Amino acid sequence: MAANDTILSVDRLTVRFDASAPLLKRLVTGAGRRIVHAVEEVDFEVARGSTFALVGESGCGKSTIARTIAGIQPPTAGSVSFMGVDIAGFRTRHAAMPYRRNLQMIFQDPYASLNPRWRIGRIVAEPILTHALMTPGAALKARVAELLETVGLSPGDAGKFPHQFSGGQRQRISIARALASNPAFIVCDEPTSALDVSVQAQILNLMKKLQRELGLTYLLISHNLAVVAHMADRLGVMYLGRLVEQGDAAQILGRPLHPYTRLLLDTVPDPRAPGRARPRLSGEVPSPLAPPAGCAFHPRCPLADARCARERPQPVRVGAALVACHAVEERRLPALTSEQECLSSPGDAA
Amino acid sequence: MTALLSVQGLRVEIAARHRVLTAIDDVSFDIAEGEILGVVGESGAGKSVTGTAVLGLLERPAYQAGGRIIFAGRRIDTLDEDAMRTLRSRQIAAVFQDPLTSLDPLMTIGDQLVETMQTHLDLARAAALARAEQLLAEVGIPAPRERLQSYPHEMSGGMRQRVVLALAFCCEPRLIIADEPTTALDVSIQAQILDLLRRMCRERGTAVMLVTHDMGVIAEASDRVAVMYAGRLVEIGPTRDLIAAAAHPYTRGLMASIPDMHRRAAELTQIPGSMPRPDAPVPGCAFHPRCPQALARCATDRPAMLPQGASQVACWLVDAASRSAA
Repeated sequence: MAANDTILSVDRLTVRFDASAPLLKRLVTGAGRRIVHAVEEVDFEVARGSTFALVGESGCGKSTIARTIAGIQPPTAGSVSFMGVDIAGFRTRHAAMPYRRNLQMIFQDPYASLNPRWRIGRIVAEPILTHALMTPGAALKARVAELLETVGLSPGDAGKFPHQFSGGQRQRISIARALASNPAFIVCDEPTSALDVSVQAQILNLMKKLQRELGLTYLLISHNLAVVAHMADRLGVMYLGRLVEQGDAAQILGRPLHPYTRLLLDTVPDPRAPGRARPRLSGEVPSPLAPPAGCAFHPRCPLADARCARERPQPVRVGAALVACHAVEERRLPALTSEQECLSSPGDAA
Repeated sequence: MTALLSVQGLRVEIAARHRVLTAIDDVSFDIAEGEILGVVGESGAGKSVTGTAVLGLLERPAYQAGGRIIFAGRRIDTLDEDAMRTLRSRQIAAVFQDPLTSLDPLMTIGDQLVETMQTHLDLARAAALARAEQLLAEVGIPAPRERLQSYPHEMSGGMRQRVVLALAFCCEPRLIIADEPTTALDVSIQAQILDLLRRMCRERGTAVMLVTHDMGVIAEASDRVAVMYAGRLVEIGPTRDLIAAAAHPYTRGLMASIPDMHRRAAELTQIPGSMPRPDAPVPGCAFHPRCPQALARCATDRPAMLPQGASQVACWLVDAASRSAA
């Protein structure tokens, strides 16, 4: 990937939260500090005009990464470089403004992310006014009307309030607001998980159309692998704050290498294959307060050995993917079963 | 085989300020012993209201305005509150979406199980405790004896949902109404919980009404599927038939709008528009304004349930097809 194609580069990003009891209580009870390891040394790059997806189960740190990139959550260590500037280093809102204009966000819950007391026109115009791109007047009204039409609403909707819209329409309003400042990059945190499938299809189609027409770059956070398979060019699989596998989405979904990715893909219920016997992922994700030593996945991994419990695997390149797994490195990964193979066969080319 | 649960012509209305809204409009279905019936539909389709009506838990302003609910040969929608409560505890159990709201945060897991069993079964405390421990082991909770002392907040979401299942199974019910039991859980935990539900049904012959919006869950767990739209049943039939060849245009659209993990399309099929709201009902077939194949009569006449293979479908297209074949 040529350097000038990279719009976002995340380098050894680490985010930790202090969940300790208050100091006095710790002194009295002798309890230690409790640190939540939300994100640990995550590296990835996003190419301009593409969609990079982060997937994983709840608590794996994917939303924390989204919030850090959007500038809502400061990183503990590492850097986030957006259009060549380290946005994590900004000390004031003012300094960050030119970059914020290019980086917008769509949230999961369209009922919580729109101000219920504001009319739609004001909600959509807010980023334009905040970034002083236009002054209030007829031109601004026309721009809002144009944005509403872009997302499939009518210009007359500008006078309505959020409660007059359904969930899918509200998510369209969120998208119109995100587009208002002409951003290059949109962070989409679970944009369709609060929606019904037929509405989800409408929103995903709209997002793809906008990406084609406006050259947008998306960072898509999702737990839904089918959505990710439909949208992503590149993909990062997270487990307990770390990226265990990342690379070309078609390769990872078609020929998953990391044992966690394989098991995750196996457990997804497939509406087109009723009664399929799925291998089961036993156990649960350990607490990020006390991540296991070595590879974080080793307590649940069928291939774990003594080395996995001791030593943290480093990412190694396999084809178009980077995989952090000793079993992959040592080539003791079993071949894909016929069922897993059949997942990969038919045209995964986009 | 006679049905364990038979819902006949169920109609639920909601009294709004100036008028009456119809939430459930003439819905009929049966569930046999040991069968898992999936009830699927989008938000507002009436699937949860149907489950609530079967449980006799409809609250004002919603009320049952017509139809009959027959459980084990006895009509239950006319029972009084006390008789219904006894029935709910012993014979019909419920599992809801959020395990945290179904459990008492101030009672240990063990006390909740023991209390439930002692209320409804004639058991001494020691015997109830032993049974509680055995139930926790059956639903796959590690170290069940120690866990009896735990409070709900000390457990993860998946573990809590297992406890809710143990509570549902503790009085050996004949029917479980499970409303989105895995929606709040991650996929790997979801798979474990669905397995558990299915295994318990096979072993005990319990029937399940599985309410969900997730076609994947339906495909995975149910024997038959009922598809609801705008308070009506549009299609009901064996899961395999319905997934392989859905007859109703709505079911077909719903299936096509789910992104396929294995075959990436340039664009997803979408159903234009949205479901009519109960305050703006549609005459004729409720789906006709969004239906790509709507006929003239779809806008005026409401289709009855018509047989199509092993399924039943409420669609005039099926009627037209069978007529032209005859």
